[in-house]
Amino acid sequence: MIYFDKVTKRYGDTAALEGVTISVAPKEFVSIVGHSGAGKTTLLKLLLAEERPTDGNVFFESIDVNDLPSSALHHYRRKIGMVFQDFRLIPNKTAYENIAFAMEAAGRSDEEIATDVPYILELVNLSDKAAHFPDQLSGGEKQRIAIGRAIINQPDLIVADEPTGNLDPINTYEVVEILKKINELGTTIIITTHNKGVVDAIGKRVITVDRGKVVRDDAGGKYSL
Amino acid sequence: MNWMVTKRMLVAGGKNFARGGAVSAATVLIMTVTLGIIASLIFLSALLSYTLTTITQKVDVSVYFVTSASESDILAVKDQLEKLPQVATVSYTSAADALTAFRARHANDQLTLQALNELGGNPLDASLEVQAKDPTQYESIVSFLEASPALSSDGTSIVDRVNYAQNKEIIDRLALAIQATRSIGFAVIALFAIASILIAFATVRLAIYTAKEEISVMRLVGASNIYIQGPFVVTGVITGVIAAAAVLILLWPAAWYAGTKTEGWFGGFSIASYYADHFALVFSILTLSGIVLGAVASVLAIRKYLKI
Repeated sequence: MIYFDKVTKRYGDTAALEGVTISVAPKEFVSIVGHSGAGKTTLLKLLLAEERPTDGNVFFESIDVNDLPSSALHHYRRKIGMVFQDFRLIPNKTAYENIAFAMEAAGRSDEEIATDVPYILELVNLSDKAAHFPDQLSGGEKQRIAIGRAIINQPDLIVADEPTGNLDPINTYEVVEILKKINELGTTIIITTHNKGVVDAIGKRVITVDRGKVVRDDAGGKYSL
Repeated sequence: MNWMVTKRMLVAGGKNFARGGAVSAATVLIMTVTLGIIASLIFLSALLSYTLTTITQKVDVSVYFVTSASESDILAVKDQLEKLPQVATVSYTSAADALTAFRARHANDQLTLQALNELGGNPLDASLEVQAKDPTQYESIVSFLEASPALSSDGTSIVDRVNYAQNKEIIDRLALAIQATRSIGFAVIALFAIASILIAFATVRLAIYTAKEEISVMRLVGASNIYIQGPFVVTGVITGVIAAAAVLILLWPAAWYAGTKTEGWFGGFSIASYYADHFALVFSILTLSGIVLGAVASVLAIRKYLKI
């Protein structure tokens, strides 16, 4: 489903990634771990076409992500649900509107939005906070809204960049459980994290990145640097 | 773009504006100042044109005819002059009218009137007062008169004198001053207009800068550029329209107050009357400027954040 083919990314003279080759199969749950600056976020940025590789190719299904013109990026990104450490909710939209925005952007009808958004709000257990703005929500609630936004269009892949980095242990546990449930329903998930507890709780494939290189790729699912 | 997308952009733009709080208020305020400056420049431009036209109308050249010239010959010259493209108006003053005007002008000067009575008859000439469309064109009008002198039936010229030579220097200087004032005045107006537009652009850019994170998120959740831009353009247009409405409302008391205070200084030009008479023009310019400024500034400001 996803294939990084000898990917190198340099910022000036500094190599953020060097000759990385990874493949991810459909319905996999992959945790990418590593120290800060190891290149985890760069990997995700390349996958989302936020950055272009200096060398090598990134494939999503049959699409060479590097070859996508700027005008086609939004179509490509609708296949991927994104979850960020800092939530990145739109501040002047309510919880409901933040989730609905992803559907609106994908051109879904008003009727579909009216049906699906309340369902997702219920799924992330935030129906009572539908009319709240992000600054009226706790960190855990924000992240659950962000997950709701990521899954509302039933994407093929969810990419979560340090999704529990700003959360307390209880909220971390809830987010991990939600992601596991989404994966069980057939969605591929790639998560980057520093959190040993999260990786161990997930118990799936773990890729360790160090100084821009893949140094370990374990199907066993234990955190190890 | 279908109606559903347009409707969503309009609703999102409206909500963005309503929820923008201090940012929306600050943008409207700056836009109001910008449009206020543009409105002032409209009045300034009208005042400048009015003043220059008034001065231009005060300049004319008089063609005096010999006392033996018949009225039909003089009116023939008038017809010829009126056909010249550089001539704005030609008015005829008969010798009798000139005498009446002279008597009225010197009604309190018994000595002059007595001297006039002693002369007997009417010593004053009939004349044509010629007004050019532009003060620089008097020379060519006078040249025309000299090149094709009007003759009486006995073949002598009926034109006694043209007062252009003695007024030439003043007319030339005035023409130069009017031209310079017009050029400099409009250049200053253009400069102020550009400066105020740039300020409005910078403010909208700043407002959109505060939303750059939001724009990058929209890109990452798969929104197309046009779908991201649309609501910002709508917000910009709403800002422009509200600012234009505020200026149009505030101009009524301002124009009335300034009009009553300055009409005397401006030689009869009333800002309030001008605003009332030209409301449709001012309304169109301000509303259109507000809409275009808001929309174009938004499109330009957001463009750089759509590259992710």
